[in-house]
Amino acid sequence: NMTSISEDSDKEKMRSVSVDLNNDASLVIDIPDALCERDKVKFTVHTKTTLSSFQKPEFSVPRQHEDFIWLHDTIVETEEYAGFIIPPAPPKPDFEGPREKMHKLGEGESSMTKEEYAKMKQELEAEYLAVFKKTVQVHEVFLQRLSSHPMFRKDRNFQIFLEYDQDLSVRRKNAKEMFGGFFKNMVKSADEVLISGVKEVDEFFEQEKNFLLDYSIKIKDATAKAEKMTRSHKNVADDYNHISGALNNTAADNNTAFKKHLEKCAEVFEKLRKVEDRMASDQELKLTELLRYYTRDIQAAKDLLYRRARALADYENSNKALDKARLKGKDVAQAEENQKQCLQKFDKLSESGKKELTSFKARRVVAFRKNLIEMTELEIKHAKNSVSLLQGSIEILKSN
Amino acid sequence: MSEEREPPPLPGAAQTVFPEPQDAEDLFVSAASAMESPEAACLSAEDISPSSNGPRDDDPDDLFAEATEEVSLDSPERQPILSDGPSPAITPVTPVMISPRVDVFDRSPDQDEDEEENRDTFDIQISVSDPEKVGDGMNAYMVYKVTTKTSLSIFSRDEVCVKRRFSDFLGLYSKLASKYMHMGYIVPPAPEKSIVGMTKVKVGKEDLSSVEFVEKRRSALERYLLRTVKHPALLKDPDVLQFLESSELPRAVSTQALSGAGILRMVNKAADAVNKMTIKMNESDAWFEEKQQQFENLDVQLRKLHASVESLVCHRKELSVNTASFAKSAAMLGNSEDHTALSRALSQLAEVEEKIDQLHQDQSYADFYLISELLGDYVRLITAVKGVFDQRMKAWAKWQDAQVMLQRKREAEAKLQYANKPDKLQQATDEIREEIEEWEGKVQQGERDFEQISKNIRREVGRFEKDRVKDFRVVIIKYLESLVHTQQQLIKYWEAFLPEAKAIA
Repeated sequence: NMTSISEDSDKEKMRSVSVDLNNDASLVIDIPDALCERDKVKFTVHTKTTLSSFQKPEFSVPRQHEDFIWLHDTIVETEEYAGFIIPPAPPKPDFEGPREKMHKLGEGESSMTKEEYAKMKQELEAEYLAVFKKTVQVHEVFLQRLSSHPMFRKDRNFQIFLEYDQDLSVRRKNAKEMFGGFFKNMVKSADEVLISGVKEVDEFFEQEKNFLLDYSIKIKDATAKAEKMTRSHKNVADDYNHISGALNNTAADNNTAFKKHLEKCAEVFEKLRKVEDRMASDQELKLTELLRYYTRDIQAAKDLLYRRARALADYENSNKALDKARLKGKDVAQAEENQKQCLQKFDKLSESGKKELTSFKARRVVAFRKNLIEMTELEIKHAKNSVSLLQGSIEILKSN
Repeated sequence: MSEEREPPPLPGAAQTVFPEPQDAEDLFVSAASAMESPEAACLSAEDISPSSNGPRDDDPDDLFAEATEEVSLDSPERQPILSDGPSPAITPVTPVMISPRVDVFDRSPDQDEDEEENRDTFDIQISVSDPEKVGDGMNAYMVYKVTTKTSLSIFSRDEVCVKRRFSDFLGLYSKLASKYMHMGYIVPPAPEKSIVGMTKVKVGKEDLSSVEFVEKRRSALERYLLRTVKHPALLKDPDVLQFLESSELPRAVSTQALSGAGILRMVNKAADAVNKMTIKMNESDAWFEEKQQQFENLDVQLRKLHASVESLVCHRKELSVNTASFAKSAAMLGNSEDHTALSRALSQLAEVEEKIDQLHQDQSYADFYLISELLGDYVRLITAVKGVFDQRMKAWAKWQDAQVMLQRKREAEAKLQYANKPDKLQQATDEIREEIEEWEGKVQQGERDFEQISKNIRREVGRFEKDRVKDFRVVIIKYLESLVHTQQQLIKYWEAFLPEAKAIA
């Protein structure tokens, strides 16, 4: 089955977790639509640019999730980007939830009334759409992070990703063979140990290290708890749905006056369900997605610290090697050169790392602020809707 | 946080959920004509007010048709009434009609039984409160305070408090069921026993689930009593009065093992046996067939609705727990956050979420006590209603049986004509004559009983339907109002948080 999403006015609200993107008109990227074929999503990546490095001022290409991963990985592997926070790769599109629901719908079809089935189908489609929107957003933000970064936007592979009108599967295969994902795995498993073990002279990095190590644990936990909370909300909305259905069933059998009353009640619960559902979705988008995103971003920041720590370790090793060489009287020049380069690398990483981490904090604070405000405003809006819906219904029911 | 949470006060004293009985007056119609009836209320050992306006049905005679003896109606003082010990399940026992003084029920004979304006003259408030554990270990039990406030004169005081335990309630129900069900009265079932729930309490677990269990039971017992006294006949039953007023109650030993459902099962089992007989009832009255079908449907629908609401209660509780858990996590995140303003905002977010989790918890109590428990009560009531229809079938079968026997006796009589033992003939003829008369009486009785129970059921069902509609209407509004309150609180909390979020700089 195919679902597609096109540009809508809500996109600004959707594009919520990261800010300061697309401010520079010289390179503007968005994903105006996408197709969903079974579980494979095909994103349309649309670029508008004034940069001469591109062949055309405006163009679009189809890309799959794996292409984004390829782009991310090549950037991570690029030595000269070691001092930057690499924008986290977008997570794989996860249609597990709606797929499970679709399965349940298929199984329960015989035991449901036509109305119930139609309603559940509608919900299922809405859920599918929600997952869809989320995955589009998260892939879009990834590209926009790259385009708004002074170094990444000039990356050759980034340009290929945006421009190359053939599919990238060949390049993807080659990249896998070259790197084999080794570096990535190493980073994941070793960073905690290495970072905590580093003797830090620089106050700034010492603070950052302590902050990031603790924060990454806390934000991961907050994400998980927010997810559970949202799920419960959705369950409550589901229950309202079932109650509405049960009330309608009961209404079918009753005498006229009471029948109308029951039908009105069923209607109230149906409306409550919609509001509760929206509340849950908005909370998910503004809060849970925010936490999810920054969990990944914090990891990217930690990766930077790791690379710097690695560079420091290399520098210290090069010092030891130089001393040894001097002692032996052999290959001293080489050792000196090596030591010089290690120091240079370490200094470069420290300098750019400091800039990156500082702007990262600023970015994070702005994003949290924006999302918390938007979430709060939406909660208030939905609660007010609920109140007026409920009060209106109470009036009608009382007057009956 | 969660440790000191206690079950909230019930939504506005549960008795308001059940409006004062308004149909009591139907039994006091034609008060004047009651005076003429020679077969005034009677039972073995009671003294009843002589100036009584017997609680009346439309047809003054019928309720007392089974009177077997007249009792002198002496003292106007009502004396403590004692039932003859634990009543066996299905023994027709003539109900006692304790009549209120005339002044309380001042109404004209032709009053419409549906009229509600005199509702306020019929007022009684019952509350079940202050659960107390008595004893230790597996022999421990809970004792509840039952407070009755009333202006009705059948009660000896305006306000009376007694202590009752759960088995006392079961005992009361079993007595009422055995007295009235066979007459077609819908006797409200007592709450169910719960071995798991009670064991926790006995063992002394002071945790939240035990506290909730006791509260759930307390509320159920209160609703049970309110429903019982709402029934005009039951209100005046001596066992009910004794239950509410006597400081000492004989321990309901024989009903110890029986719960409300258990009684119904026993009562219905006898009816089932009847149904399995080859005699199929010819339903001449379409009303009964229709109603029975309706109640079958209603049973299914209510169960489904109840299940959905139970699911809501469960999920809402989960939501509360998960919100609390998130609040803690957000607080930790706030502590870890090194940007001061953001850290502050996150801590404030944690506080808001904590308040919200309490809100969800309170709402789940409303979900439960307002709707879920009510639906549960009605599911049990429907079982009682179905039982009453079965009783009617049993009455019909009994009547049919009597007719069959009568026929046999008549045939036997006819056969006697051809007997060739002249000396024995007269005696045999006399005997058979006697038996024929006896069975003729039983046939008439059977028919009367059947008609009576049919009439009672019609009335009871009418009352039940009205109550059901009314209960539901009242409850749904209360419930929606509870939802409004929750949403308004949410608005308040979030509006307080908004400036905090905006203050992040």
